[in-house]
Amino acid sequence: MTERIIQELIDSFPKLLLTALKVTVPLTAISFTIGILIALMTALVQIAKIPVLKQLARFYVWIIRGTPMLVQLFVVYFGLPSIGVTLSAFPSAIIVLSLSVGAYCSETIRGAIESVPKGQLEASYCVGMTFPQAMRRVIIPQAMTAAFPPLSNSLIGLVKDTSLAYSIAVVEIMAQAQRIAARSYDYFWLYLEAGLVYLLICTLLTWLQRVIERRMERKR
Amino acid sequence: MIEVCNVKKSFGEKEVLRDVSFRVNDGDVIAILGPSGSGKTTMLRCLSFLETADAGRVIFDGKEYDLRHSSRKDILDYRKKIGFVFQDYQLFGNKTALENVTEGLIVARKMKKEEAVERGLAALDRVGMLDHKDFYPSRMSGGQQQRVAIARAMVSEPGVIFFDEPTSALDPELTGEVLNVMEKLAKEGTTMVVVTHEMEFARRGADRVILMEGGVIVEEDDSQTFFTAPKTERAKAFLEGIRGGDR
Repeated sequence: MTERIIQELIDSFPKLLLTALKVTVPLTAISFTIGILIALMTALVQIAKIPVLKQLARFYVWIIRGTPMLVQLFVVYFGLPSIGVTLSAFPSAIIVLSLSVGAYCSETIRGAIESVPKGQLEASYCVGMTFPQAMRRVIIPQAMTAAFPPLSNSLIGLVKDTSLAYSIAVVEIMAQAQRIAARSYDYFWLYLEAGLVYLLICTLLTWLQRVIERRMERKR
Repeated sequence: MIEVCNVKKSFGEKEVLRDVSFRVNDGDVIAILGPSGSGKTTMLRCLSFLETADAGRVIFDGKEYDLRHSSRKDILDYRKKIGFVFQDYQLFGNKTALENVTEGLIVARKMKKEEAVERGLAALDRVGMLDHKDFYPSRMSGGQQQRVAIARAMVSEPGVIFFDEPTSALDPELTGEVLNVMEKLAKEGTTMVVVTHEMEFARRGADRVILMEGGVIVEEDDSQTFFTAPKTERAKAFLEGIRGGDR
């Protein structure tokens, strides 16, 4: 490793970090928030056994889980314009990533809700609560405790999945590293550096997960 | 007064309840006895709309409820008049003892928090669990959880409390504390319908005994008559079976 390369890495690091803060982090945060809302609704219509919606939910999970995210990104970004729907890159990535989080996490949440003893739902009914009240006050809070570790896993996975948005021209960490390397031909070092930025974000999230888990532990 | 009329329920081919009717006067404590599979629990569950009966009615507070077809609103309204104690307690795992008791008041009945807490504390006191008010269920023994569950069922002063084998999930040395609480409630005039295997409770705590078998009521007596001079052969056989055992 020459001095020139070291200097280049030092110069490029802030740029990559800034890209992470301006693109990767918002992309992750927005997609995860929307995704969790979709996941919750998808799980609830299945648990409440609402006809039609239940089948739709299953269909949605089937499609999203059964096709590669890269294909989904291409369909939305390159494919939709041919039927008259043109979306720019960032919103396209948000849509695909949210739908992916929604599908995978709906199964996590459904499993977590089903892990809360069914008797507690009946007990909620017997103190006069409605289904939504019981879900909100009793079942979902407990399900979230159970779902927290796997959901954290999904969040960390999502951080890395945002790199796929590179393929539809979102200038995220990978694209930025690519651009810088294209000038100096130091691909090896810049891709490693890009990896390091992802690793930093994920390490931070892992640490955050531990802190929150310890705090939930204390509330028992 | 509660009048239960012609309750029927089948699970697939199996008829679990065939035309069960009985009456509960205010302040009555009724023990429902019978072998396993006689339909006792299913009947309580039908009476709370936890199971949908195939037919039957309940007349409660001068209002008639159809156990098969009732609107969601009627069911909600009915459930606010009853309390239910489950075999395995079913306390809310994310709530403390006090929150378990006040939750129904605050969420379902829209009571002010201070008032709910006041009533909740009084209810916990009645079951001797006041000192555990801030405990989560996972930190309490089975007997303690069941006492909190009883406080939760009675805090709204319901017209009747249904007990579904309240001591069956407990270690023998813990049943006493729960039975004592139930006997105390009974003496204080709470209307109770208790499905149980505890003969001592039925003998001492109950005013009347209903014996069920095969989905029908085979005998209904005041408690003393049932244990000393049962009328039907089935009741005699049932009591003999129990005395033959080590209870």
